[in-house]
Amino acid sequence: MTLNWKVGGVLLGLVFFGAVLLVKPIGVSTQFVILDGIIADTVNSEFVTQTDDGYSSSNAYMAKSNGKYAKYVSNPLNYSFVFVLAMAAGAFLSVKARGGLERGEGKLPMIWRENYGDTPWARNLVALLGGFVVLYGARLAGGCTSGHMMSGMMQTALSGYIFAAGAFAAAIPTAMLIYRKG
Amino acid sequence: MEIILAIIIGAAFGAVLDRIGAANPNWIVGMLTLRRLHLMKTILLAIGTGSILMFGGQMLGFVDVGHMSVKSAYVGVFIGGLLLGAGWAASGYCPGTGVCAAASGRRDALFFIVGGLLGAAAYMATYPAWKATGLLDEIAGGKVTLGTVPGSAYEGVLSLSGDILGIALGAVFVLVAFVLPDSLIATGEKVGVAAE
Repeated sequence: MTLNWKVGGVLLGLVFFGAVLLVKPIGVSTQFVILDGIIADTVNSEFVTQTDDGYSSSNAYMAKSNGKYAKYVSNPLNYSFVFVLAMAAGAFLSVKARGGLERGEGKLPMIWRENYGDTPWARNLVALLGGFVVLYGARLAGGCTSGHMMSGMMQTALSGYIFAAGAFAAAIPTAMLIYRKG
Repeated sequence: MEIILAIIIGAAFGAVLDRIGAANPNWIVGMLTLRRLHLMKTILLAIGTGSILMFGGQMLGFVDVGHMSVKSAYVGVFIGGLLLGAGWAASGYCPGTGVCAAASGRRDALFFIVGGLLGAAAYMATYPAWKATGLLDEIAGGKVTLGTVPGSAYEGVLSLSGDILGIALGAVFVLVAFVLPDSLIATGEKVGVAAE
């Protein structure tokens, strides 16, 4: 099912290269902020406001860098947001094309079942908390595995190396503690 | 035109993430516990390939140096990296692969996305406090590359040619991908059984 690493690595490298050749380096985590902004602006239409020279927001993070994020919230059909939607569609089609997820994986990943048995709600809670910490951390860092680690190190960005050092320093012991089997 | 490119490149990215196992927590956890380094080898080869092609293309003049986008370095990058790493290991997902996993029918990944939206919102709410600590202030020049890339808007940490350094580091990533073994520790199952 999973591609040989030589084939997969070259393909993934070509995608990262294609992105920087044609448009700009790949990044994902900002779009969680944009979707939050879209939701907030739907609930409260004063959240993002149009100004004389662009957009701003009542939230300081949304308004930073001259309202860059506020502008994207007002225009969700921009490159980066559509990119993430297309990424989801691409993954969906790829899974369908290879005959669907492996049996039982939709409910629980095998690694969880091997360590904690058939406990989907515990798994869902860990995934929820994990998602919270991942996106909080990604926004503090200014990028995630795609933007900092892959795109950043590819461009020899100092920040990419700093990020990768932090991410692996925490991820390896955490994974070893939580998943002792499998 | 840009939207069409977003659809094509985004879909290709999502499909490749699925096919290399990056949207599968079993492979992510296998990598992070150092038991199955297949995905690590894939990622290292991808970074190396991307780097060599990008810097090679810039030297030959068919890749626009202006397309580079280098992020700022500050202490918060490291702290944020630690947080992301912990959550990545616990959940088996990062922002991109979590979205791909949810789209491919993994129920736990939907919870990851909800958690992610809440986490991003929590950061939006607490951003002024982080800003006040000074941990978001740029260090080592901020938006810098390791070498100095000709024609780019970014300073280099070293005055070495950024193009040549980029290709050399790319080659190192490729080399490490090849020499890295499939596993750095004995397979977990046997260890787990013996420990019990």
